[in-house]
Amino acid sequence: MILLAASTVLFMSGALGSILFQRAALKKIWALGSVLAGSLLGLIPAFQVLRNKITFAYSFKETLPGLKFQFGCDELSAFFLIPLLGLSAGIALYAFGYLKKEKHLLGSLACFPLLVAAMMGVLVAQDGFSFLIVWEIMSLTSFFLVTTEHGNREVRFSGWIYLVTTHCATLFLLVFFILLFKKTGSFAFQDFTLLSSKSYLTGFLFLAALIGFGTKAGIFPFHIWLPHAHPAAPSYISALMSGIMIKTGIYGILRAVTFLPPLPLWCIESLLVLGILSTVLGVLYALLQHDLKRLLAYHSIENIGIIIIGIGLGLLGRHTHNAAIEFLGFAGALFHILNHTIFKGLLFLGAGNIIQATHERRIDQLGGLLKFMPLTGITFIIASLAICGLPPFNGFISEWLIYMGLFDGVKDLPRGPFSFCIASLVGIAFAGGLAIACFTKVIGVVFLGLPRTKRELPLQEGSWLKRLPMIILAILCFVLGVMPQLVLPFILPTLPVLGLKVPASALNLPIQSLQTFSVTFMILIGIFILIALIYKALLLNKTKRLAPTWDCGLREPSARMQYTASSYAEPLSTFFYFLTGPTVHFQTLKGIFPKTTSFKTHVEDLAERNLWTPFVQKTVEIMSWVRKQQQNQIQNYLAYIFVTLILLLLWEVWVGI
Amino acid sequence: MEWVLIGIMLTAFVTLGSGRLSNCIRAVALQGALLSLLVLLPSHSFSDSHHVFLATISFLIKTIAIPALLAWSLKQAKIKQEVDPTISLHLSLLWGGILLVGAFSGAKVVSLPTAPFPFLIIPVAITIMFVGFFLLVSRTKALTQVIGFLILENGIFLFGITLIGEFPLTVEMGVLLDLLVGVFVMGIMIYHINKTFDHIDTKALTLLKDSE
Repeated sequence: MILLAASTVLFMSGALGSILFQRAALKKIWALGSVLAGSLLGLIPAFQVLRNKITFAYSFKETLPGLKFQFGCDELSAFFLIPLLGLSAGIALYAFGYLKKEKHLLGSLACFPLLVAAMMGVLVAQDGFSFLIVWEIMSLTSFFLVTTEHGNREVRFSGWIYLVTTHCATLFLLVFFILLFKKTGSFAFQDFTLLSSKSYLTGFLFLAALIGFGTKAGIFPFHIWLPHAHPAAPSYISALMSGIMIKTGIYGILRAVTFLPPLPLWCIESLLVLGILSTVLGVLYALLQHDLKRLLAYHSIENIGIIIIGIGLGLLGRHTHNAAIEFLGFAGALFHILNHTIFKGLLFLGAGNIIQATHERRIDQLGGLLKFMPLTGITFIIASLAICGLPPFNGFISEWLIYMGLFDGVKDLPRGPFSFCIASLVGIAFAGGLAIACFTKVIGVVFLGLPRTKRELPLQEGSWLKRLPMIILAILCFVLGVMPQLVLPFILPTLPVLGLKVPASALNLPIQSLQTFSVTFMILIGIFILIALIYKALLLNKTKRLAPTWDCGLREPSARMQYTASSYAEPLSTFFYFLTGPTVHFQTLKGIFPKTTSFKTHVEDLAERNLWTPFVQKTVEIMSWVRKQQQNQIQNYLAYIFVTLILLLLWEVWVGI
Repeated sequence: MEWVLIGIMLTAFVTLGSGRLSNCIRAVALQGALLSLLVLLPSHSFSDSHHVFLATISFLIKTIAIPALLAWSLKQAKIKQEVDPTISLHLSLLWGGILLVGAFSGAKVVSLPTAPFPFLIIPVAITIMFVGFFLLVSRTKALTQVIGFLILENGIFLFGITLIGEFPLTVEMGVLLDLLVGVFVMGIMIYHINKTFDHIDTKALTLLKDSE
């Protein structure tokens, strides 16, 4: 606890120092140095909690009647603290290199340590009141980081969308916690368990939590802020937000599960449906994006969907008293949380490198980067393989656990939940296929081939500070894939907090086979290396000739004739026309000597197009009518407040909530 | 202590019924004095530093500083002495009576520990808050708004002092907030309205409406 408090103090002082000092170098050292030191310091108690199973809690003196600030760290908090602090430390290192020549990004730097501190606060808060406070600090600091480049109109727009959605989410959380407070008479999490299990009330509470936390996590259809905010933010912030901040939403859902009474079946089923929707639609929209960071943002939605399916599966197992399914669902979800932090952080850092070197986010304008930026390219490819769930990388293992659980569900569960398991299986498998299509597109277009535009500046990787965290993350992707049993000591202590009663060792589960994965993968890698060596040996004495790959009978093909990302994605886009509905701007060629024309497609999100835009338009209409009704007399407004307050008082006194 | 509480309530009714601004200010000052007296009335309160501190501070702020400022600005702004209510004075008094009945009947349901003060403190606090709000709604001059606000604050203060045994710091902070609010409201509202519109009637703020 002392160490966690100390690291919070470090973050705060870092933020303060970064505000007070004017010189760019000092600003950077204060903010980033504090994040680095604080994160490493905070990792120690997190590991201790998981290893020695010593949880700790601290509550402040009662400051107002019925209100106590309580903080503490149990296994669930510690499990989330590890990716949070680990990734923050890596990103702080990266940011040292990233911010070297970017003076204009320093304005909001002080919010970076504050954001990390707020996220830590979210994870260790043990009562609803302090949770809401740190949650709001987290939303606001991340808003300021998203709008770092506020000179840009688009960035301001994205920031605005983020601010509105995040506050709507907080509104639902407010309802959630206040209802719990009214029913149990306390804000402390451990007292929430006293809630009587009325099924409609539980369902309502869970829905409020799902919308509130789901918006932060980016569950479809509450995800709309994600594809806007991530491209707008500086890349290292995107990595932090996508890597770990959206996981605080998942943490919230898991935490709600720990203190709510057993959920009714329809809640679990709606959770699964939202998970499937996020998974499939997330990856589908990712495939059709032209902007590198927007594409990655949509992939976050997909992965959140997979995690949600895992959680839903675990709850389904609990509901049907099937401990094996419960275990596999929760373990898979927790493992995927860890994995997603690693590879999504890595992908965004790689994207940051690309964007900083080329000043270009449009995929179709890039090309051939693997030659100029080999390290970025290779780490990006490793992360892509991991995110697609391909062996021998870490994404495979977590998806495998969830798959195993789903197959068990298909085998053992009664008819109702059975069909949801089938649907989830199809959803994840389908999304996996599309994810591969999507990342072959990115890698093929961005890293292979030739540069599509001429660039004056020499392309550079950047300093070692930037490279080091990327290398570490890539190695982690590989190590956790080859030796998945390393993660078990983190996951197994966390599961009892989530309400698993049967110890994992008592179940006949495929965890033991995790060791066999290492062997299998090692053999696979060995075979791969062997084949490569034989191939090299066979070519040893042959003459090599360099030639253009394929010029299609043209005499001098230019780089612009290369296959583009859009053309690669076109068949799938046409196939899912009813979901994607791309807007096409094209003027057909006319006459014998046609004029220059252009072709432009643009895909709009289903939720944004058919749900939120009409909703916002209607709201604006109603509100502008209300605005016209104003009489602008202070006394009238005061009277409105007065009457409302009295009505609320009477309601509270006579009816109660 | 009941007599002091009744006195506090009566001063609120004086502000409702009096037609001259200077009388209102005097009534508010008296109310502040009674409030600070009330803090000192429970036994052993002289030995408790929090009670003494609270009484001194609230006396200084509520009885001396803010009324003096109000009286000064009354002189400065050279405004008419009448209150100019939108609801006539008699009707205001009648409304005060209705609010009083409402507060007393509602207070039965609110069960709060009030020791060492008598239970009467709860309905009185609610009444004063209602009256303060009613003044805010029914009077148009900025100065009367400030008075209404002060009475509202006094009601909250009455609620607050029932907690002084357990949460002395919170209550004291609330009182200091009074000072802040008082200064702000005085400075900004009166000065600016007077300067911009040549009088201190908040009706003039209506001119700020969006043109269509």
